[in-house]
Amino acid sequence: MVTRPLRIKIVVVGASWGGIEAATQIFSALPETLPVPVVLVQHQRISVHNRLAKLFETKAKLKVVAPEQGELLESGRLYVAPPGYHTMIDEGGHIALGLHRPVLYCRPAIDELFFSAGQIYGRSTLAVLLTGANEDGAAGMRYIKQRGGMTVVQDPATAEAPVMPESAIKMGGVQHVVPLANMADFICEQVFGLQE
Amino acid sequence: MQQEPEITDDDVNIEEIEIRLLLEAIYSMYGYDFRRYSKASIRRRVLHRLGLSGFGNIMQMTDKVLRDRQFFVELLNDLTVNVTEMFRDPMFYRRFREEVVPVLKTFPFIKIWHAGCSTGEEIYSMAVLLEEEGLYERTMMYATDIDKNVLATAKKGIYSIAAIKQYSDNYIQAGGKSSLSDYYTCKYESVIMDQGLKRNIVFADHDLATDQVFGEMNVIVCRNVLIYFDRQLQERVFNLFRDSLDLGGYLCLGTKESLKFADADHGFEPVDAEMKIFRRKQVSL
Repeated sequence: MVTRPLRIKIVVVGASWGGIEAATQIFSALPETLPVPVVLVQHQRISVHNRLAKLFETKAKLKVVAPEQGELLESGRLYVAPPGYHTMIDEGGHIALGLHRPVLYCRPAIDELFFSAGQIYGRSTLAVLLTGANEDGAAGMRYIKQRGGMTVVQDPATAEAPVMPESAIKMGGVQHVVPLANMADFICEQVFGLQE
Repeated sequence: MQQEPEITDDDVNIEEIEIRLLLEAIYSMYGYDFRRYSKASIRRRVLHRLGLSGFGNIMQMTDKVLRDRQFFVELLNDLTVNVTEMFRDPMFYRRFREEVVPVLKTFPFIKIWHAGCSTGEEIYSMAVLLEEEGLYERTMMYATDIDKNVLATAKKGIYSIAAIKQYSDNYIQAGGKSSLSDYYTCKYESVIMDQGLKRNIVFADHDLATDQVFGEMNVIVCRNVLIYFDRQLQERVFNLFRDSLDLGGYLCLGTKESLKFADADHGFEPVDAEMKIFRRKQVSL
């Protein structure tokens, strides 16, 4: 039995190697009228205070937020996981940060975001996994699919590093494979199309 | 591609109940109270330990926790996140020197509480800072943590040499006045902190979830502890901190922690909004 998502209430995005360019391309196209919040985990080595959030601020139409503990998610905003902190979503749609051990050598880890979002939002979750050179995000995507949510990866052929989307496909959690150039449109279709 | 079984809302609810029962069991058996910790964070760490343990579900693991103290200690290490470093967030220590130290210099006697001091790296950092500012002699520092195991490490003041390069860089960025190596000696693969740095430090176990005020402080440092608490427990701790601080006393939180999502006004005003240094408001009549 296939259960279709009812109505997307949150978009969670994971990206690693090559992800800043890919994410920039997507976020420069997503309109500020997006009726849901977007939370992004981008792996990064350098941990300069809010540097990544400031970078996206210049490119994204959504209002960019470098979230603090307890921040309440709001529609039309892009929450960029702070360097060094696992970034999760807690009940009631609040940001929960954590310093517990890295997952697959990563903190923030995409899986931590995806598992927490999938638990809270279930069928109303849209998970997007972009380019990357490790397997973070694959288990989280499978969980979101099992929860009845929607999952999409960047077509590995269009990814600077194909390992991450390929791993997610192998693990069986991916429903849609979309070229980078079409990803923003795909997200809009899902989010606007499934609004009631 | 094989079809994965669906995970329903009922499954998710059952998991939540199981975690709640696990936390009750831990509290009843061992006295550690994680019942008002942030659910998302606790859940991830419980499931991590479940995955490693080989148990089929959380209830089975709970049974093991109740009967096997050693297993409980492993889980405790997952639940009490002990990530710290010397002069962590160097900019915080720099601003502390610039904005708090000048005020402390006007006091005849200073009391500082490090709540959630973990393995102690940050309390020694503060001790070094106070030495360099000529304040150590008249300061009493209280270093507390929920976890007696990490407190034992903090008391020893012996750390791996692996991270010392990073700590030295932090020390410089934090506005250190000499060299961090003036404050430790190397032995094999370890560094031993100058034991004199401990002369005015009291180490004690204290649980922010259940314990009470134990003194009037001039400064409370509690960094990256509140991020693990749910809102209700955060409210309790903000009240506890307010009641533990002199008027005008300073509260230092982690850089991603905030008072702005608190339900009530706890009577603090920002001193440094970026590095999360606050001050208990003076009473205005």
